[in-house]
Amino acid sequence: MIPVLLILIPLITGLITFAFSTADSAKKNALLSAVATLVVAGWSVCCTPASALRFDIAWLPVMGSRFTLEMDGMSKMLCLLTGISFPMIFLAIFRQETKSAPAFFGWMLLSQAGLMGVFLAADALVFYFFWELALIPVYFLCSIWGGERRIAVTFKFFIYTFLGSLLMLTGIIYLSYHSPGASFAIESLTKAALSETQRNGLFWLFFIAFAIKMPIFPLHTWQPDAYEESPTAVTMVMSGIMVKMGLYAVVRWLLPVYPQSSALYADVIIALSVTGMLYASFIAMQQNNLKRLIAYSSIAHIGLMCAALFTAQPSAYQGVMIQMFSHGINVIGLWIIADAIEKQLGTRLLSEMGGLAQKAPTLAILLVIMGLANVALPLTNSFIGEFMMFNGLFRYNMVWAGVAGISIILAAVYTLRMIQKVLYGPLNPTTETATDIPATAKWALFVLVVLVIVGGVYPQPLIDLTNDTVQALITKH
Amino acid sequence: MNAIIFSALWGVVMMFSGIATQNRKTITGLSILGLVLLLGINCLHAYGIWVIKMDTKGAMHFDSIGLFFNAIAFFATLLYVVLSGKDIENTGVHAAEYYALIFFVLTGVSILTAFNGLLMLFLGIEIMTIPLYILTGADKRNLKSNEASLKYFLMGSFSTGIMLMGIALIYGATGKFGIAGGVSLAPSTGLSVRPSFLEVGGMILLFVSMCFKVSAAPFHFWTPDVYDGAPAVFTSFMATIVKSAGFFAFIKLFDAHTAVLGDSWNILLPFVILITLLIGNITAVFQQSVKRMLAYSSIAQAGFMLFALYGNNDLAKEGILLYAFSYSLATIGIFAVLIKLKDYSLDGFNGLATEYPFLAFSTTICLLSLAGIPLTGGFFAKYYMLSSAIKAGGIFWLVIAAVLLAAVSVYYYFRVIQAMYFKTGAPSFNQPITKAFQWALFGVAVMIILLGLFPTLLLNFFYF
Repeated sequence: MIPVLLILIPLITGLITFAFSTADSAKKNALLSAVATLVVAGWSVCCTPASALRFDIAWLPVMGSRFTLEMDGMSKMLCLLTGISFPMIFLAIFRQETKSAPAFFGWMLLSQAGLMGVFLAADALVFYFFWELALIPVYFLCSIWGGERRIAVTFKFFIYTFLGSLLMLTGIIYLSYHSPGASFAIESLTKAALSETQRNGLFWLFFIAFAIKMPIFPLHTWQPDAYEESPTAVTMVMSGIMVKMGLYAVVRWLLPVYPQSSALYADVIIALSVTGMLYASFIAMQQNNLKRLIAYSSIAHIGLMCAALFTAQPSAYQGVMIQMFSHGINVIGLWIIADAIEKQLGTRLLSEMGGLAQKAPTLAILLVIMGLANVALPLTNSFIGEFMMFNGLFRYNMVWAGVAGISIILAAVYTLRMIQKVLYGPLNPTTETATDIPATAKWALFVLVVLVIVGGVYPQPLIDLTNDTVQALITKH
Repeated sequence: MNAIIFSALWGVVMMFSGIATQNRKTITGLSILGLVLLLGINCLHAYGIWVIKMDTKGAMHFDSIGLFFNAIAFFATLLYVVLSGKDIENTGVHAAEYYALIFFVLTGVSILTAFNGLLMLFLGIEIMTIPLYILTGADKRNLKSNEASLKYFLMGSFSTGIMLMGIALIYGATGKFGIAGGVSLAPSTGLSVRPSFLEVGGMILLFVSMCFKVSAAPFHFWTPDVYDGAPAVFTSFMATIVKSAGFFAFIKLFDAHTAVLGDSWNILLPFVILITLLIGNITAVFQQSVKRMLAYSSIAQAGFMLFALYGNNDLAKEGILLYAFSYSLATIGIFAVLIKLKDYSLDGFNGLATEYPFLAFSTTICLLSLAGIPLTGGFFAKYYMLSSAIKAGGIFWLVIAAVLLAAVSVYYYFRVIQAMYFKTGAPSFNQPITKAFQWALFGVAVMIILLGLFPTLLLNFFYF
């Protein structure tokens, strides 16, 4: 029952939100719904009986597809991340003016429903459904409420991802014909009888779809533009949760289904990921635009996670699980701060900032904590994850680990440069009148900071939670 | 049989209703009544009631799939008249005649779903298309409409000539008009009897003329001009019901005949599919007029429907029914809105969502369905087509090419959504948008979503 609730709560409240007439009631309704979803997600983590975590009814018997939702450790973890993120996002923008707010919050909740569905589906066709449906609300959100170049940029993003998912769809259909019983269930897809050529071809059809979503170099070109032009609340959803769809899908639908091909192409993919990491890091170092800087830093982090997934090392898998959660928390925190700064100063150019620490001390402290978490400093949540991923990468191949390791240094360079440019230095006319961060955003950030530090000091609960997924992956390889 | 006789009779009734009354509302009402009765009578046939026992000497064969397709076509026509009846009335001065012609087209459709011999195929095609030549030119004072009508007539007659030539060659080779006897491959022994040159030539000529009728490239050149020139309200009818019926006949005709063409079939058809998809999708991208864009999009959709011809299995047959229905629903929906707009260009849609959010929502669902986004009927329609092709095997490369081009199609469908939602403007209409119209369109949207959630709802009827 829990999986259904996780989808239905945001779906129904989202549809209701469209009908609200005032911005205030829409916001409250959305926040309430998001908190309710969080409670259910939290319940799923504590809940042990497997029957409550599985939902299965006949949907399209002719095609061999059943509406199956199932939660394992990774699903729980990502649902929890989605559950935590939305209330934080809503809190952060609670006091902001949003034009036609009911529609905005309605779309936001619908996107949450779609994301939950992606993380829960245990049937390939259901998965494909939600994979697409998570995209539609984001398309409308970005195109209506985004920045100046929003229409073109969002369009590029949409067509890019749609193309990927169509390729995946043909792969899914092809695979299901070769699976026992022509079914779409994950268990039977892993048993599909394929020749080596078929397997390798299908592997790429799937991987391209996931790589576009993550995004992996050289398919990342939609991302910085989309992050920059989207309204910040949507950017948080995209960078905090949507990119995890790609990583999640690799773990759920790629590695177990094509273990041999994954091993065969591991070097190619790790090479692409590592190239992307360095490339994104170098660009981030040169960025003068705060939002683009965070976008590129996100590409670098995702690249490491993707590379770690193909090392086939237990510690790397475990690291990815932790890092998916941590990265979500950190990047949402960074976006909340970036948004607060932009709303204050009316600019996102680093060259026009400076001296904010004097005017906005709370903001300064929060930005430094989030920045350090982004660098993966020990005692912050991402340290554990990155350490384990590098450990796995090192065991797989020392050279790749060495090259990828450069990005740690580069991360420190661009993050500290950003902190320095924003917070320190002399005040200038733009920053002269700045005030501190709004109260609701402060509360949201406070929660996130607690999560950063707790995750950094005691990550064991997260490791325990996702252990079953990691074990299942190891036995496959 | 019921449907053929009744639609022809009601066509005559409609023709004479123009003498009895000048009230256009009554005439539209009468045709809606006729369509409802036609739908009911067609369903009765499925249960064996009110069938006039007539020995057709094997020229016709009524099976459940054909009757089911009839039901889809009649239902789509019903929706079309409900949504766009007002515009049919206002096209010219002779509302009753347009309805009569529409009923005659439906007679042709019912023959095409039941033909069992090449002569009946020919009759069905002719009965279906001749009224269309007139409907295309219905806007008498408009030069473009006249031009389109003439062009359609000339090109149509030409392709009919090719078809007749094909039929003649096949008759010469086999001595029969039947389509059942044409298979020259003996599967039981594994020995193949080489089909005669006449027979192969005849099949290829038939293929060409059918490609023309369903506007598959490279025989598509008439489509954009005719669809663009005809009054929009009749374009809607041509692009949906008539086209789907053409496809149905195409598939029925080649069902058992592909063996005659042997390996060349596996080169010929993929080639046609590929260039149909390419030309339809790529050209649609560059259109500024939504009407013309929809004409090219209908070529692109034809490319997808051709996969059913290649697949030629259970999935293909179910799929073509689903495709015909969901594609007709969506296209009729979009055209219903387009007809009411003064400006057919993309800019004509600007700001529709701010003024009529409800209307824009339904239109968006129709567009999403054409693009094949999940949760709409269009997704499962495409799904079935791809699925049947993958099941048949051999052209996975073409399936990949098709999905790449489907991604291109998102570009032009979404431009309309962008105009409605993200651009500002004040759309101007020929007629006021009534509440009833908005609700009817919403009904279409709901049907599309239902099909997208449970395509088996429709297909289960087929098994009853």
